[in-house]
Amino acid sequence: MAGRWEHFEHGADIGVRGRGATRAEAFEQAALALTAVVADPAAVRPGERIELACEAPDDELLLAEWLNALVYEMSTRRMLFSRFAVALDGTRLRAEAWGEPVDAARHQPAVEVKGATYTMLRVAREGGGWVAQTVVDV
Amino acid sequence: MDLGRLEKRSAHEWEIPRRGAMRVPAVIYATEALMRAMDDKVYEQAVNVAALPGIVKASYAMPDAHWGYGFPIGGVAAFDPAEGGVVSAGGVGFDISCGVRCLHTGLSRADLASVQAPLAHELSRAIPAGVGSTGAIRLGEKEMDAMLAGGAAWAVQRGWGEPDDLERIEERGRMSHAKPACVSAQAKKRQRDEMGTLGSGNHYLEVQEVTEVFDGAIAAAYGLAQGDIVLMIHCGSRGLGHQIGTEYLKRMAVAAAQHGIALPDRELACAPITSDVGQDYLGAMRAAINCALANRQILTHLVREVFRRMLPEARLPLLYDVSHNTCKVEEHRADGGVRKLYVHRKGATRAFGPGHPDLPAAFRDAGQPVLIGGSMGTGSYVLAGTKESEALAFSSACHGAGRAMSRHQALKQWQGRQVVNELAARGILIKSPSMRGVAEEAPGAYKDVAAVVDAADAAGLARKVARVEPLICIKG
Repeated sequence: MAGRWEHFEHGADIGVRGRGATRAEAFEQAALALTAVVADPAAVRPGERIELACEAPDDELLLAEWLNALVYEMSTRRMLFSRFAVALDGTRLRAEAWGEPVDAARHQPAVEVKGATYTMLRVAREGGGWVAQTVVDV
Repeated sequence: MDLGRLEKRSAHEWEIPRRGAMRVPAVIYATEALMRAMDDKVYEQAVNVAALPGIVKASYAMPDAHWGYGFPIGGVAAFDPAEGGVVSAGGVGFDISCGVRCLHTGLSRADLASVQAPLAHELSRAIPAGVGSTGAIRLGEKEMDAMLAGGAAWAVQRGWGEPDDLERIEERGRMSHAKPACVSAQAKKRQRDEMGTLGSGNHYLEVQEVTEVFDGAIAAAYGLAQGDIVLMIHCGSRGLGHQIGTEYLKRMAVAAAQHGIALPDRELACAPITSDVGQDYLGAMRAAINCALANRQILTHLVREVFRRMLPEARLPLLYDVSHNTCKVEEHRADGGVRKLYVHRKGATRAFGPGHPDLPAAFRDAGQPVLIGGSMGTGSYVLAGTKESEALAFSSACHGAGRAMSRHQALKQWQGRQVVNELAARGILIKSPSMRGVAEEAPGAYKDVAAVVDAADAAGLARKVARVEPLICIKG
């Protein structure tokens, strides 16, 4: 299956969901969904590369860690990311992310993400692939 | 919400009786119409909170309650450390000490008329707003810690405000017992460029007109009269608070399991107040409260500078500053005695009634000003804390309107430019770096704040004092 992302509704905030053939691909797609909360990922040029690593006791907490690591990089570097490569080793994650500094006029960023929550947090096999989702606070 | 599962105590009070793991009942204050429109998840979350160790009296939800993380947004719960009570990062929320402050301007609508457009322009230039914006103030390590310990009092010392401002801020501008050492280097780094920034989403700065006064005596005590121009700022502890919320949610998920606290939802992560994690969180959370107070104080200074240039005769004293995502130690009457409790308010405003010793002398008879933000096209409200609010919900009231539809739905329904034009035709000037942001914050995407405020008033949580309507709105 080809990877894809979507948002789902949660009252005042937004759910991010990634789907992929592998767990890593579902995590990459969830990261794209995270960017899309702020701005259209298609408008974000993948010019600068950064590296990230994190780990957690289980798959679901690892997804929250991954998204929170990205929130931290977006916040402190004032960047948006539109391309991701995730490698998983058990519950350890190493990743590369490509993006560019926020350009308010071109990106029209709607809202900053404060953090990934544990609400509706789920990482599971589904329909021959993987789904990775949670709600983010905006 | 299906009302069949609740017992109606009065026209504005609904109880979920104790059952199963609940240690106390849950109580929701709202009209029947608001109850019917309320998300079923509020029921579920209020019940879950009622099962946490050491909770006192009841798990409460305000008239604007909606589905949150673990705790409902609009939730109030008090815990007693002597009974194994807990503190919860989710019960405070990610945007620690998000709140509203209101400034007088001494101006009338007529004074503003000739300068409305240039004032909107100058405010939008002076106030850093939106994703990726940065403030002009950079704090080194020592100064960051001084800010985290000193709050708005620190900001005033540094020249960003007047000493008189401090008594018009909860905790007199400085939350005591803050522990900057419990705030991670990451959280401090996230704040490095964000002092004096407004943020994005539902945060705003508005110039407003008092369009209706409901209680003349209290309005007079607050210095408000029909036709007055005031200014409101809604924002919080910025990246520092968000990072503290994120980190302690994770630590508390582990701590809860270690202390044998069964959680029906991971998001309810909490730790005993007396535990190391609990104490560390309280120290960090109080530092984040100080960050929010300092941030709103710096924004106030930036606003005053703009007014000094454009309307030199205007003075902008502070009416009051409230926070609506906090956990505070307060004395309350409960079960026959006065007890020191840890009161969580998540999307709920402290609302001390007349005579409370923490209020400045000017408000001793009127009660605490309770500032309720609305959407940019509608109105906001000033309420006053009541005597009876203590018995109802540990002196708490609602905090805002709450969204009626998702950001995604709003984006499909409106275009930012069209929203700006429609509001301009009604005399409301919107300034924002993001038209997508404006569309997502369209007035129609929010619930009717008037219904929420009327319910809070009718339930006795707080008393309606005045309604204000926007003339200029700076959005992130």
